[in-house]
Amino acid sequence: MKKYKEVSIDPTTQKMYERAQELGIETVWERLEKQQPQCGYGLLGICCRNCMMGPCRINPFGGEPKRGVCGADADTIVARNLLRMIAAGAAAHSDHGRHVALTLLVAAEMAEKFKKEGKPVLELDNMASNTLPYQVRDPEKLKAVAKRLGIETEGKSIRELAKEVAEVALNDFGKQDEEPLAFLKAYLNPKTYEIFEKAAEKAGMPWFENGILPRSIDREIVESLHRTHIGTDHDPVSILLHGLKTALGDAWGGSLIATELQDVLFGTPKVIKAEANLGVLKEDYVNIVVHGHEPVLSEKIVEAAQDPELLELAEKLGAKGINVVGMCCTGLEVLMRHGIPIAGNFLQQEMAIVTGAVEAMVVDVQCIMPATVDVARCFHTKIIDTSPIATFPGAIHIKFDERRADEIAKEIVRTAVENFPNRSKQRVEIPKEKMSGYVGFSVEAILEHFGGTLKPIEEAIVEGKIKGVAGLVGCNNPKVKQDHNHIKIANELMKRDVLLIGTGCWATAAMKYGIFLPEYADTENVGPGLREFAKEWGIPPALNMGSCVDCTRMLVLADLIARDLNVPISALPVVGSAPEAMTEKAVSIGTYFVASGITTHLGVVPPVLGGPKVVKILTQDLYDIVGAAFIVEPDPYKAAKLMYEHIMKKRKELGI
Amino acid sequence: MPPDSKPTIFINPAKCIGCRHCEIACAVEHSKSKNLFSAIFEDPLPQPRIHVLPMGAYNVPMNCRHCENAPCMEVCPTGAIFKDEDGAVLVDVDKCIGCKMCAIVCPFGIPEFDALNGVMFKCDMCPDRRAEGRPPACVEACKTGALMFGTIDEVVSQVRKETAEKIIKLKEGEYKEEYNGWELFRSFQAEVIRINEGESK
Repeated sequence: MKKYKEVSIDPTTQKMYERAQELGIETVWERLEKQQPQCGYGLLGICCRNCMMGPCRINPFGGEPKRGVCGADADTIVARNLLRMIAAGAAAHSDHGRHVALTLLVAAEMAEKFKKEGKPVLELDNMASNTLPYQVRDPEKLKAVAKRLGIETEGKSIRELAKEVAEVALNDFGKQDEEPLAFLKAYLNPKTYEIFEKAAEKAGMPWFENGILPRSIDREIVESLHRTHIGTDHDPVSILLHGLKTALGDAWGGSLIATELQDVLFGTPKVIKAEANLGVLKEDYVNIVVHGHEPVLSEKIVEAAQDPELLELAEKLGAKGINVVGMCCTGLEVLMRHGIPIAGNFLQQEMAIVTGAVEAMVVDVQCIMPATVDVARCFHTKIIDTSPIATFPGAIHIKFDERRADEIAKEIVRTAVENFPNRSKQRVEIPKEKMSGYVGFSVEAILEHFGGTLKPIEEAIVEGKIKGVAGLVGCNNPKVKQDHNHIKIANELMKRDVLLIGTGCWATAAMKYGIFLPEYADTENVGPGLREFAKEWGIPPALNMGSCVDCTRMLVLADLIARDLNVPISALPVVGSAPEAMTEKAVSIGTYFVASGITTHLGVVPPVLGGPKVVKILTQDLYDIVGAAFIVEPDPYKAAKLMYEHIMKKRKELGI
Repeated sequence: MPPDSKPTIFINPAKCIGCRHCEIACAVEHSKSKNLFSAIFEDPLPQPRIHVLPMGAYNVPMNCRHCENAPCMEVCPTGAIFKDEDGAVLVDVDKCIGCKMCAIVCPFGIPEFDALNGVMFKCDMCPDRRAEGRPPACVEACKTGALMFGTIDEVVSQVRKETAEKIIKLKEGEYKEEYNGWELFRSFQAEVIRINEGESK
């Protein structure tokens, strides 16, 4: 068993991990230990299970077997496996985006139906009616998205626009023509677009029509599975080019649609102060943890928790109220829009239950460990699964339907409230630690903060007050001490006057350590230039841009800067990093960052080292193809140095 | 000095990538059916006699060394442990009383206790396979060369030859360290361990 200090630098995780050991509860760290040694074929990516002649594996020491039964060599196998990871990551983000687009469409269609039935016309036309399960909370953003897409907005109601925008979005998922995605064309600057168009030709594969410009979100994912089927695509170059294309379909398609339409439905985040870490759980309250990735349901849970009837029930059962807190990216979604406190990031999901103070953990999709059910069995906690596509054995299944959103959300909250009397008070142990910070830095909020323009940031970069911008992205991975790399890399970059923007579990980690407080700029972890800039504008030295699906906010920001400077994104002094990467989604994000022109660091070695050609393409050749590549480095200090060097190289190229 | 003509199983941790294929092959070889797909439904479930231990950035396959002067054999009070004609150290389950003395004296921690039958079990170098002239199951399953079956002379002469080739290439300036994904991974792994442990002190 590990010592508590080995698993995390977060004091709440350390305490709860010790508590779990006391109670004999198995956690992610024990399971990782029991998995040792992990299979080297898998770690190197040289295990192929794509057909029943196999499974095959390649000897990484140069001896036999050198090829799989079909004749595929190590590079083919590694590239195929990587493409499948990208496809799965893109699928997860994009299916989330589809769900949001469908929710918008359903709401617009319901408004149309109600209108025909003679209900109040104006409210329905504005999509503001309470009779609808979902309203359009940000009509201005809807109009802005419609304008970007080239939809005529004059003389149209919000209801009509919502329907049209949802239809364009949904068309991007399933269209069959060769045209690039409508959302991509609407959001991407021409210079970067041109790079995408010519990338395949540069890589020596001119037969890729439109280069690596994605045609349809779903189609690129399906084609990934087709290409990796036995006996189809074998050249690591073509396989990886399609990987870039699939990931770009995620970036400028699926994920972008998720972010933009969530803003339309639930409101675009504005700067707001909130709290993070397990200390946000309240001893005398009914604690509900919303965990996963999609805010479509959690938005409704937040509303239902304010229902007078349910509040009354909670009081009757001895609670002071209902405390909804977030976990992972669902948590970030409600944090960004409503300032709902976030209890923690990925590796704290079991820890939250170990507090003994959680009445219900309401889960939707992605990054939810099935082990939460086992940990919950040691307490009164109920795990409630809500997504029709994600069922957890041993959990309570209350499946979600957008049409009956309010009713279902109330049922879920009621289940949690009614569970309060089952809490064993003497087993409750909530760590006290929590931290506040400013969140809600959507692109719109950033623009508003800087007076409607990004000029102040750009000028600070040109002056050298800020050396560049680093986008830090999510995940925890038990192979890395929780949050250790997140915080070290953040500090090392800020010391070098690099402005940070970030999302996902990185953002939650940063918030827990106070990095989202303007005062953090006064610490020795921030360089003098960045300190001066942060103080001048009253911002923290790092900006929380949302959930991991919101990585597109970082892309949109980079696009705006590239437009202002009239260069492709790849020319900017900008880097990305996933210090504690874990998911297939992170693989897709890393790939779309690189494909979009942002050199990206990975702090966990991806399963590709078994293919020398693949390694060379990913870390070197991509510079010539898309102007950016991957950096792999587990040491956070070395990684920050490499990222900074890249920024300085880009500055030199720009002549600043 | 007479040549050592008896082959045994040699391990090379530098080439062990921790896939644990040897463990599965060993268990299947010691099952009733000797077939993976039926072995996993047998009761009792067959157990492996080889174990891969994670040791930092290395993995070490631990199996019976079939010692020349086997302490397990010397200490066995009922004479249940014996050597067959190939030099394999075996347990006669009819004579074994389950006293576990062999496990205590084994410097490699190899003999294990079969609680169901009250006897010890350990690597037997796959007698059925040896009879057919086939290598032990674990060696056959290992595709990286971490497990080798041969005489000590064969093994050392192989190492001697490889190093001699390297020396000549170095002299001629032709020697080039070949790309080795596992070595690269291990160097990263060593870094991860250093970081994870370093900060916790």
